[in-house]
Amino acid sequence: MAEILLPLLVLCPLAASLVVFISAGRMGARAIGTVACAGVGISAVLSIILSVMLLSGPVAGGLQVTLWPWMRVAGLSADIAFTLDRISMVMVLVVTIVGLLIHVYAAGYMRDDPGIARFFGCMTLFVAAMLVLVLASDLLCLFIGWEGVGLCSYLLIGFWYDDPANTSAARKAFYMTRMGDVALLCGLLLLACATGSLRIGSVLASVADGRLPASGVNVAAAFILVGALAKSAQIPFQAWLPDAMAGPTPTSALIHAATMVTAGVYLIARVHDLFAMAAPVMALTAVLGALTLLMGACTALVQSDLKRILAWSTISQLGYMFLALGCGVWQAALFHLMTHAFFKALLFLTAGAVIMRAGHEQDIFRLGGLRRAMPGLTAAFVAGASALAGLPLVTAGFYSKEMILSGVWHVHFGLAREWTLSGHPLWGIALLGAFLTALYIFRCVFIVFCGKAGTRAAGRTSRLMGIPLVCLSVLSLFGGVIEMPDTLPSLHLFSALLDPGTPLSHADEPVWLVLAGALAPLAGLGVAWVLWGRPSPVMREIPGQAGVIRPARTGRGMDVLYDRVFVQPFRLLAWLTRLDIPGHAITGTGRLTRAASAGILGVRAGLLDMLAMRATGTARWAGHLPGLFQNGRVRWYAAWIAGGLCAGLAMAVLS
Amino acid sequence: MNPLPVLVLLPIMGGGLAWGAGRMWPRASPSMRDASWWVVLATLVVETLVLAMATFSHRAHAGPWPGHFAMPWIPAMGIAVRLDMDGLSLSLIWLSLILCFLCVLLATRQATAHAGAFRFLFLATLTGVIGTFLATDLFVFFFFWELMLVPMAGLIAAWGHEDRQRAAMKFFMFTQGSGLVMLLSILGLVITHYRQTGVLTFDYFTLAHTSLSPTGAMLLMLGFFIAFAVKLPVVPVHVWLPDAHTQAPTAASVLLAGILLKTGGYGMIRFNVMLFPDAAARFAPIAMGLGVAGILYGAWLSSAQDDVKRLIAYSSISHMGFVLLGIFAGSRMGMLGAVMQMLAHGLGTAALFLIAGAIQDRLHTRDMHRIGGLWAAMPRLSSAGLFFAMAALGMPGLGNFTGEFLVLLATWRISPLLATLAATGLVLAAIYALRMVNRIFLAAPQADTRPVTDLPSWQMAVFACVMAFLVLLGLYPQPFMIFSAPLPLPATAMAGPGGTTP
Amino acid sequence: MLAFSFNDTLLVATVLFSIGLAGVLVRRNMVFMLMSLDIMLNAAALVFVGAGARWHDATGQVMFVLILALAAVETAVGLAIIVCLHARGRPTLDADTGNLLRG
Repeated sequence: MAEILLPLLVLCPLAASLVVFISAGRMGARAIGTVACAGVGISAVLSIILSVMLLSGPVAGGLQVTLWPWMRVAGLSADIAFTLDRISMVMVLVVTIVGLLIHVYAAGYMRDDPGIARFFGCMTLFVAAMLVLVLASDLLCLFIGWEGVGLCSYLLIGFWYDDPANTSAARKAFYMTRMGDVALLCGLLLLACATGSLRIGSVLASVADGRLPASGVNVAAAFILVGALAKSAQIPFQAWLPDAMAGPTPTSALIHAATMVTAGVYLIARVHDLFAMAAPVMALTAVLGALTLLMGACTALVQSDLKRILAWSTISQLGYMFLALGCGVWQAALFHLMTHAFFKALLFLTAGAVIMRAGHEQDIFRLGGLRRAMPGLTAAFVAGASALAGLPLVTAGFYSKEMILSGVWHVHFGLAREWTLSGHPLWGIALLGAFLTALYIFRCVFIVFCGKAGTRAAGRTSRLMGIPLVCLSVLSLFGGVIEMPDTLPSLHLFSALLDPGTPLSHADEPVWLVLAGALAPLAGLGVAWVLWGRPSPVMREIPGQAGVIRPARTGRGMDVLYDRVFVQPFRLLAWLTRLDIPGHAITGTGRLTRAASAGILGVRAGLLDMLAMRATGTARWAGHLPGLFQNGRVRWYAAWIAGGLCAGLAMAVLS
Repeated sequence: MNPLPVLVLLPIMGGGLAWGAGRMWPRASPSMRDASWWVVLATLVVETLVLAMATFSHRAHAGPWPGHFAMPWIPAMGIAVRLDMDGLSLSLIWLSLILCFLCVLLATRQATAHAGAFRFLFLATLTGVIGTFLATDLFVFFFFWELMLVPMAGLIAAWGHEDRQRAAMKFFMFTQGSGLVMLLSILGLVITHYRQTGVLTFDYFTLAHTSLSPTGAMLLMLGFFIAFAVKLPVVPVHVWLPDAHTQAPTAASVLLAGILLKTGGYGMIRFNVMLFPDAAARFAPIAMGLGVAGILYGAWLSSAQDDVKRLIAYSSISHMGFVLLGIFAGSRMGMLGAVMQMLAHGLGTAALFLIAGAIQDRLHTRDMHRIGGLWAAMPRLSSAGLFFAMAALGMPGLGNFTGEFLVLLATWRISPLLATLAATGLVLAAIYALRMVNRIFLAAPQADTRPVTDLPSWQMAVFACVMAFLVLLGLYPQPFMIFSAPLPLPATAMAGPGGTTP
Repeated sequence: MLAFSFNDTLLVATVLFSIGLAGVLVRRNMVFMLMSLDIMLNAAALVFVGAGARWHDATGQVMFVLILALAAVETAVGLAIIVCLHARGRPTLDADTGNLLRG
């Protein structure tokens, strides 16, 4: 039964994609939307069926299907094979269910776009590739899905290709993720060379047996980390994600929030046994994750484009997941991945609906007071924002963030001889990040939805777009109760689901840890309310950004506090992100390459052409030389005959 | 009836008939299917049937490999017409036939004048190619090697684009000069064998058992290597390729990129590695370094081009760098990866040249800055172009990735540093491929474009077959790898009909 | 009677032959080339006569008469060719002008 259902899971979106591509232009928009949603919908149903089958079966192992042998040579055996175990089950459910909701929404959102066939073809192809990535039981098969989602991301970011800014953003995304892909490929080569097979199970077993030297394990883990960093837009690869917002909003929701950018997190969670043996790489992951989450949060605070705020927020939340991975609590990372998919997709889709109704206005300072015109969208956005901020007890985001924070607190990295990095500073950064998250997202909420009305909003949101928003709101608020921290009634369904062998509870956890985690977002909410939420808001923009809008209300202590504590570091960080060093490095390398290539071409053309001309000239001249002997003069011929005769006679006589 | 000599001789006879038919029944606009076109199509169909017979029927014969034919030619010098076929030559001949079908079906517009002569030269090149893949007598191999060269130079010089004379001359001089070096090596090997055993023979299997001093083996191998290096091409001597590919008419470009480059790879496998295994193993570090240099140099220069066909030509140099890397990696995995890369690259690059030719026919320019915005006007052509650009940049799931991954894995076993450098070529491949896609298909259309017609459905169906084949090579390559693996030489020397003892 | 030794005869004949050869090669006028050719023939004939005298064989003198007749015929034919060329519109005695195949 599983042998048929598991490949069918991947085949349905793929078939839908092919149907949509081949019949482009001949089907109406409605039919295309129906076909695409049907493809993903059948996948969602199948994934639920398969999950039930998996959970009711034996605990260890999973459902394995080997489709066909891919490459079998001496030294490598790779198959196209799918495995559904608990980790991939979680991901499959997230991808298909959230994907289905986003497809339904997109059927309404893209209804009037002439390129809708191309859009849905790419979206369903993306879902198929993501499912291949998630289900692959062979790292090389995973690589097919990995690159496939990169391709679909390129096609979808540059969807409105008439604007060259969109196509160049698409190319930038592809190049940066390609660099990570090459690093991942090098890691795969190292593992294949050492173990002869890229099956995940056998690779992890060989590593556990110690067949790789310690340096090999570290290098392989480092390569895989670089690949994951590029795909998930972490430091130093973060520059492509904000520009990727040039694509349609459903794309941003599906690819750049819920699924593709989390592929890196999934990969590291999959090979967490390998990473567990590479302590320096784990420390590096945690540190990079912490830095990214802080940087993302600070940058989101100074953005004025609605979708860019959400993009930087995604980068920041991915930083949380990498921090969790680096600290060894990969279950927390996956839990946060799941809740993040819910609330980030919700935020993006709501933002898309808001932007569409406000006449494609994306600047938050020109939108305003929309809560009266769009009450439903306001509620959805506030639900998503609360989940993102992690408001205590009522939102899913709280529980996932809590799990990460407790995991980070308890970690110790033993790096060099006496040098241990305790988890406490990282915990502090994560807590600060939680505060900033609440701050920036509620800044956005208050500016967009409260206050004076800005742009006029028109029309109404169709039901096709509204129903997914409702579903996602429910999931964002209540989807987290399956994993609660220990101080509350201890319910560890999620981690028990993933890894029944190692329970995650910490009996010695101080109670104030949970309280701190609960208070930080509330504090952020409060500060945001004070600064932007009150009827006469304290400030409209960050003073450092706008220059001279420093309100004259110097009496309020909060202004002084804000100025002292926030503005100066924000200026620095915003300036740093605007510098976009990797982006300029890439552009500079490209220009350097072009100049050097033109130079080399010129030299080569000149040199070789000169050589070729000389060679032909010499050949021609040398050809003329014997021609001089054929001048037609009788005396000349007679002289040569006589001379030759004399020489011949001399030789005959004298030798 | 032995199919092998039929395979070799049928194309040129068909080509002669086509030339005659073209003179007897000329059409006013030869882009219509005139008599010589039908003759060519019939020839190719018959050739395919003969090849199928050669593939699937097994006859008992005296040769060590599945196909064998021998006939004495010049017994006094030990030369016989000896043709042998194993999986490698068979798969490359299938590739040649597929590409010829593609040319005939999709690239007939550019031979406007003297279409019959064009088709004769086209089929004469095919004869030379098939003879090269089958010959196991070294003299006959050299004969067909030179025979490949002349009709192709004629095709470029007579039907090419604006700078065709210089391109044809460069192509001719480079290939001919290196062929002469190979002739010296062949003669050296034959004379050494004669001095040792007293038997004067040009037979490949017998000569393989010559015992050579290390220096002698290295010199002879280098002589062969230079000829194949010019053909493959390897980076310092690649100079003829961009001009030849750019200036040639579309059908000639497809043959050149799809097949003629593969004869260089085939020669390296058959002669360098299998005739001189020790010398090849000692030369391997240099060869692998040249391979990596080719990968990076080709991709780098490709990113800087403005001419579409020149961009694709430099990308061919980059892909052939992988082939060189795989051949000299010294393991079966590398060899198989090189063979898969040859097959996949032949299909993918040929399709790209056909698309570039279609664009040039409609817009009369190859300058990428003047082409633009084709996606709106020609969605089918553009989607085919995007697919094959993805194949060129090594998207997993398509044939190129299979070959490249096996080559990289084989290289990693020897030198992880070289493999990492070669892998960075994949990033550069993405740069040039996407640059081309963006410039041609997605960028804003130029103001003075005339209205263009998209590909007709049947041509798109042909492209779809090639796409399906590439996906098959990418996802289910195992049967193809087993089928096209080169067979080893037999352990004992075979007494062929050509050896004489004076 | 002053007896010339055979060697002296050969020497004189060689000298005459060289003069004749030089004349053929150096002179451009066709009539003078014919005259130099005659000198070469006479030198060869002289060798025959001297050899006949050396070995007391009359065949040498017979060869001389033969050669004389040959020289006469050849000169006649050569002059006839020159006259023909004059008649056909090439009134020149320069040997170097005949260097193009179109004649």
